[in-house]
Amino acid sequence: MAMAESDPNVAGTIPRALAGRRFGDRAFKWFTLLMALTVFVLIVLIGCELADGSHLALRQFGWRFLVSSEWDPVSEQFGALPFVFGTLVSSAIGLIIAVPLSIATAVYLTELAPQWLRQPLTIFIELLAAVPSVILGLWGIFVMVPWLRVHLFPWLKGAFGFLPLFQGPIYGLSMLAGGIIIAIMVLPIITSMSREILRSVPGLQREAAYALGATRWEVTRIAVLSYAKKGLFGAVILGLGRALGETMAVTMVIGNNTQIAASLFAPGNTLASAIANQFAEATGDVYLSALFELGLVLLGVTVLVNAFAQLILKTFAGPSVTPQN
Amino acid sequence: MPFTSNRTPAVPTPASAATPAAPATASPALTIRNLTVSFGTNKVLKGVSLDIAARAVTAIIGPSGCGKSTFLRALNRLHELVPEARMEGDIRLFGEDIYGAAVEPVVVRRRVGMVFQKSNPFPTMSIADNVTVGLRLNGLRNRTLLAERTEQSLRMAALWDEVKDRLNAPAISLSGGQQQRLCIARALAVKPEVLLMDEPASALDPLATAKIEDLILELKRDFTIVIVTHNMQQAARISDLTAFFYLGELIEYNTTTKIFTNPAKKQTEDYVTGRFG
Repeated sequence: MAMAESDPNVAGTIPRALAGRRFGDRAFKWFTLLMALTVFVLIVLIGCELADGSHLALRQFGWRFLVSSEWDPVSEQFGALPFVFGTLVSSAIGLIIAVPLSIATAVYLTELAPQWLRQPLTIFIELLAAVPSVILGLWGIFVMVPWLRVHLFPWLKGAFGFLPLFQGPIYGLSMLAGGIIIAIMVLPIITSMSREILRSVPGLQREAAYALGATRWEVTRIAVLSYAKKGLFGAVILGLGRALGETMAVTMVIGNNTQIAASLFAPGNTLASAIANQFAEATGDVYLSALFELGLVLLGVTVLVNAFAQLILKTFAGPSVTPQN
Repeated sequence: MPFTSNRTPAVPTPASAATPAAPATASPALTIRNLTVSFGTNKVLKGVSLDIAARAVTAIIGPSGCGKSTFLRALNRLHELVPEARMEGDIRLFGEDIYGAAVEPVVVRRRVGMVFQKSNPFPTMSIADNVTVGLRLNGLRNRTLLAERTEQSLRMAALWDEVKDRLNAPAISLSGGQQQRLCIARALAVKPEVLLMDEPASALDPLATAKIEDLILELKRDFTIVIVTHNMQQAARISDLTAFFYLGELIEYNTTTKIFTNPAKKQTEDYVTGRFG
């Protein structure tokens, strides 16, 4: 009897075994669906909580909150514009610095570096991602900012002072310092993502270019980068997501001055650092609610920027490439 | 991957050392003498010598792992992309040493084109751009000239009629067989002196294969073709000369008729009649 049950070749036992396996299949499907839904539910919940927390400010300021640049806890007047501005500008600076560096590093790691150097370099880059934000911030305050104040900023002012971006007094703590810290933080993310993407380019693509008599740079350009451009764009977007929400290190070097200034030498503030900095001191209900609304705006900005990036990707990146191997 | 040719100077050998009696050709496109290629400690080719006749199809046959593909890749120095590849011996393209100290692999590859086992068009480029990419790398910018060469190359690759109305469509919108002919057009556009084909039809259906074979027969009027194939019937159908490789050595090299009807070596006979391999 026991033997008959365990032997799948005995006709009578097959339907039962199969029924068990079908159940397993269905359970597996439902379980994974549930897990996937959790993510969705979490995001909706966070959105709802933020909206709930900010209802006071929402009611009091309405749409003016987004366009007002006044942030005065004493008279309880709140507007998010300087923070939105600071978030977007510091992230933009971060990406402008980090993207060329990251992609060049990834190209070196996958296309040019000698085999023995690839692994150690990759590990170093991943270590950079593991440096806690607050430690990077401390380094920023004590090493980077003084160096920027004494060396880089005066030089920029001398060379590009005719641009409004590089005018005005130099404090050190500034929008530009915040952007540079962001660049350092997103560099390892974009680099390791780009490296994975470049590695997934089939060797056959490279050989096709080599066989046409392409030089190494030409192979990289026509066979590797153009094949991978969509994926690389995705890597940049991932870095942008990180840049928008980056809090600790940025707060420590950006100066936390709530203003909109053309000069990158002027201190600024971001949505994330305003929340982190001011939560403890937010005494009034409206003040607290305004901080909640900053969180809501940050979520909104992140979603919008990502959606916009997806749109660019769909419109300009050309036909999608499915890996051939 | 460095391009330094890890090459030790060839030991000068008298012509008589080219033992496996090569069929006499007036002026061969390629003369290969004592070619030995190894990857690390793995010797893949062991002292191969043969002449490749100009404007003819030479088929390279042999069981998997016999060094056919490596042989082909040594002819345009593509094997150098493997970091620990080493090459010894002497290969001359119309008399010129392609491993000479002053010779750039890039230049060799422009003269010796290649078509691969799997079609590999550049997926982000249009059909026309795929054809002209080699010319554009060479610095050709003139639009009329590029358009001319596009049509000419696509006609040579027997693809023009199928794609002339959608030259700007992405290359990956073509079928597998069309993509492979596009790759042939891409290789032909730079007017190579020799065209290497590494099992160009092995991933295609019989109809597409027949088209490629017809094409090869057309192309040999203008080009020297070396083709690696696993398909005995294909080798018999399209090649003028056949070389049989086994375990990194050239066993027999003769006219295709001779190899398939009256081979000199027992191993060759066993292989072409399907007794092993």
